[in-house]
Amino acid sequence: MTEPLTRTRGESGRVTGSSRRTRRGWSSLLYLVPAFVFYGTFTIAPWVQSVWLSFWEWDGIGAATWAGFENYIKVATDERLVVALRNGLGFIVFYTVFPVILGLLIAAVIAARPRRGSGFVRTVLFLPQILPLVAVGVVWRYLYAADGPINQMLRAVGLGDVARAWLGDFTWAYPAVGVIGTWVTTGLCMMLLLAGIQKIDPSLYEAARLDRCGPVRQFWHVTVPGVRAEIVVAVTVTLISALASFDIVYVTTGGGPGYQTIVPGVLIYKLVFTSNEVGLACALATVLSAIILVFVAVIGRIGRRGA
Amino acid sequence: MRSAGSRILSIAFLLVAVLSVIVPFLALVSAALQPADTLAPTLTWPTDPQWGNFASAWSMAGFGSLLASSAIIALVVVPVSVVCATLAGYAMGTMRMPAKGFLFAFFLAGLTLPYEAIVIPLYFAMRSTGLIDTYWAVILPLAGAFMPFGIFWMRTHFESVPAEMIEAAQLDGAGRFRTLVQILVPGAKPAIITYALLTFMWAWNQFLLALILIRDPSRRTAPSGLGTFVQQYGENIPLLAAGTIIVIAPIVILYFIFQRKFVAGLVQGALK
Repeated sequence: MTEPLTRTRGESGRVTGSSRRTRRGWSSLLYLVPAFVFYGTFTIAPWVQSVWLSFWEWDGIGAATWAGFENYIKVATDERLVVALRNGLGFIVFYTVFPVILGLLIAAVIAARPRRGSGFVRTVLFLPQILPLVAVGVVWRYLYAADGPINQMLRAVGLGDVARAWLGDFTWAYPAVGVIGTWVTTGLCMMLLLAGIQKIDPSLYEAARLDRCGPVRQFWHVTVPGVRAEIVVAVTVTLISALASFDIVYVTTGGGPGYQTIVPGVLIYKLVFTSNEVGLACALATVLSAIILVFVAVIGRIGRRGA
Repeated sequence: MRSAGSRILSIAFLLVAVLSVIVPFLALVSAALQPADTLAPTLTWPTDPQWGNFASAWSMAGFGSLLASSAIIALVVVPVSVVCATLAGYAMGTMRMPAKGFLFAFFLAGLTLPYEAIVIPLYFAMRSTGLIDTYWAVILPLAGAFMPFGIFWMRTHFESVPAEMIEAAQLDGAGRFRTLVQILVPGAKPAIITYALLTFMWAWNQFLLALILIRDPSRRTAPSGLGTFVQQYGENIPLLAAGTIIVIAPIVILYFIFQRKFVAGLVQGALK
């Protein structure tokens, strides 16, 4: 942690007694109080309480009974919960892997040569990132409908056999919902990676060209290693949104058909408000936050090792 | 020859990417302008655009009161977040304090916490304190949830302020609070505006908390109202499309006005 003030103060010798230094140190905590009150009361305390509730069997109304690790055993064995966690993890492919690859390709093409309209391209591609995800869900629900635009286009080009009610199809609902995630997060990945590419020293490309490297090899040997840190960030951010996804699934499929597209967020909602299994929902929420924390820590470590 | 080929290829690639974002929006607008009883709007510009769909969506789903709820929530959350984050970021970025590393890690941990993990206890707490179905039920948790990013963002800004500037102000007899308000805040305006825009967007777009903590239809926010509108009018595509446009319009307008700030905020905020 850098503390520029400490340094200058020491040099100029303005801080004399150690008692004064300590007093000033403690009083600086006052500036944190308002933030701490909101964050502690409405984020940390509920989270701790959620962990506590996960050890109880409670319907939300009557008395709770101690359950020990029973809820956690259910998280690991109950079909619905296992599927929800598996679907959430699977979304990493759509929310993280595809967007990082696509975002990297788009950023590389934009950065390759100055072009009229590249500002427009960036503005448009970033747009999904700022929309309410509920609205995104509504739009795609319409696009995927049995008589919706996607099927209309398929029929127009003679692929009518492929057309179906995408979100109601047992095989296709999951990837169909996943594609929406890709649509949303690609723009952010592209922007992050573009910022990284623009920081790469141009002489590296020059050297690569002198070594007769074509655009493809330049991409692999200069661009990809050069944006390693930005890839780590893009993966971290999108991974959290994959695992914590709720809005899109809730609006498009509600988790169905069957449990094909259920994710932890939607299942937690259902467990509390449809089947009154509050303790179980809290156990799932705790496992979810633990998974996110572990992933973020591991990715952060990989990123640091590369730096 | 080869470079001309790769040039065409890359332009085509960008074109496909842009179209994949624009076409869904065009489809949405065209659907919103079809006659209200159209079951399956086609992807063509309507011959007789039904602008009245916006009016009927507005009155049928009460979008006026939905937008008002969202606006009230956002307009309280934004200043509260800005003030708290500025104070805390100032202290974290420029002052010595006990357990600084621990405190920073404590706040930063919130960046990874999913809303799913806090919303259930919040629901029961708000219910037992009678705050459920009030705007406070969403305002207070959002202010808490935005704090990690806000502190991180403002701390980064204040760290970049030259120490001499703060020194000079304090030599002139300004206390730490006056130094912040009179000297540092004017210079922090760009950082504060970006943070305010981001919190406005996150507050406006928030769905899970709004859906669970405000269940009274007359106080619903725009996104959660849209969520219920889908369930009621899911088959009436023109009306649903019009409602969706009403909900996204404020944020899209802000985006086109303050585009650079949105992009810079989200990109730098993540990268820092």
